Amino acid sequence: MSNQVPIAEGLFTWPSKNPALLCSRCQDCGIATFPAAESCSACSGQNVVVEELPGRGTLWTWTVQQFMPKTPYKSGETPETFKPYGVGYVELPGGVRVEGRLTENNPAKLSIGMDMEVVFEPYRTEENGDEVISFFFRPAA
Amino acid sequence: MDVAIVGIGIHPFGRTPSRSGLQQGAFAARLALQDARVEWKDIQFAFGGSASSGSADALVNELGLTGLPFINVANGCATGGSSLISAYNAIKSGEYDLGLVAGFDKHDRGAFNADPKELGLGEWYGEVGMMLTTQFFAMKIQKYMNDYNISENTLSKVAEKSFINGSKNPNAWRTEPIGVEQIASSMMVNNPLTKFMFCSPSEGGVALILSSADKAHRYTDTPVYLKGATMKSRRFGSFEVFAPSQALEQVDGPTADASKAAFEMAGVGPKDIDVMQLQDTEVGAEIMHMAENGFCEHGEQETLIQAGETHIEGSMPINTDGGCIANGEPIGASGLRQVYENVLQLRGQAGEHQVPNDPKLAYTHVYGAPGISAVTILQR
Repeated sequence: MSNQVPIAEGLFTWPSKNPALLCSRCQDCGIATFPAAESCSACSGQNVVVEELPGRGTLWTWTVQQFMPKTPYKSGETPETFKPYGVGYVELPGGVRVEGRLTENNPAKLSIGMDMEVVFEPYRTEENGDEVISFFFRPAA
Repeated sequence: MDVAIVGIGIHPFGRTPSRSGLQQGAFAARLALQDARVEWKDIQFAFGGSASSGSADALVNELGLTGLPFINVANGCATGGSSLISAYNAIKSGEYDLGLVAGFDKHDRGAFNADPKELGLGEWYGEVGMMLTTQFFAMKIQKYMNDYNISENTLSKVAEKSFINGSKNPNAWRTEPIGVEQIASSMMVNNPLTKFMFCSPSEGGVALILSSADKAHRYTDTPVYLKGATMKSRRFGSFEVFAPSQALEQVDGPTADASKAAFEMAGVGPKDIDVMQLQDTEVGAEIMHMAENGFCEHGEQETLIQAGETHIEGSMPINTDGGCIANGEPIGASGLRQVYENVLQLRGQAGEHQVPNDPKLAYTHVYGAPGISAVTILQR
């Protein structure tokens, strides 16, 4: 069994039982920011607390990345194995619109306004065998 | 003190293997000095920018070590506009009355690869493949097409016009017209945008000589006055490139803010403008920037573009030199290319890409990461 690690600390609560993305919410103006920050870019205040974002929302906009990006892209793919991937902003009600990779890369299956849910899945395998876990949005049933 | 542009110089855009970026900048600077009938030693100060070709102030090695203050400017795609505004303010303050603005670059082929750390973002953002300007452009126009009924055919029409204008401009990179069908069917880069709908990183250099308005006639018979020059960064809630999250309530971006401020400063309105150069990193940007700069209502672009109004002969000529799409984007030089083109237009020296009817007011707009915009309004 390989070891699993999050792609970055503080982005989400995985490996908790019901993993969620984390935002910071300003206690003065109520604005949520992802990823969590130490100050509020809306009101400049520093009275922020970290909280979980809702796991479901709607697709606000999207594209499909058709060419393999240069560094800093780090997926473990080669130009031969590269698969186009979807990217979009998902509006999480009461929270914020979060940009993330989509599990779907077929443009015909993506449309603005469709229901989406966040999932936490293996993204790449490190040289030491560690599996890196990241967040994705997938069309919700 | 009003400020005038009294000299302009350009190094052709595209690929010039025989010259470094710096040499292309020096080439443009020498032409600008010649155009203003001044020597390098007469220049009192300079602002300049280059993203990939070293420090702009290394130009002094090429042009001569005169001891002048030369300040490097780095504001992404808005570098040229920011340099120009800095020089404008230096003259307006009364501190100087003759200065140079220069921008040059020489980029590798392929899309830019920005570093998340430089923008205060986590490395994960780049690792998962979101550190790409092309994605932002695609997602912004995707949403805009959905909200304002812009068709895919209109996207292609914008690029078609860019290549037509480029074919009339001897300094452009892309000088062959490309038809709508070929544009639409070229390789998909980021849906809905295809390869020919994007500008590419390229090479080139531009330099401008600025003087105080009261001395402008010493240097040129055709001074062009900077009636407005503004630069804004994003406010909370605007939708910008390299943003891991976006506020639920959207506000106008820096383009709309810089535009309003520039019109106010110049005391004119969008209807007074005779020719305009709008940031067109891809076709979607040109379409959205038409409305964000106040030249039409959101959604009106579909009719205007289909009717050919944005062509050189149309009622609102946009990117008359082929824009970024036909010239490519050497970051440091790109915004200054727009000003160079407008000065040509106002002097009536734009040749085959000259707009008719004796233009008097011209407009430039640049947009850059991570959400900045600079606008100028020029008057002859």
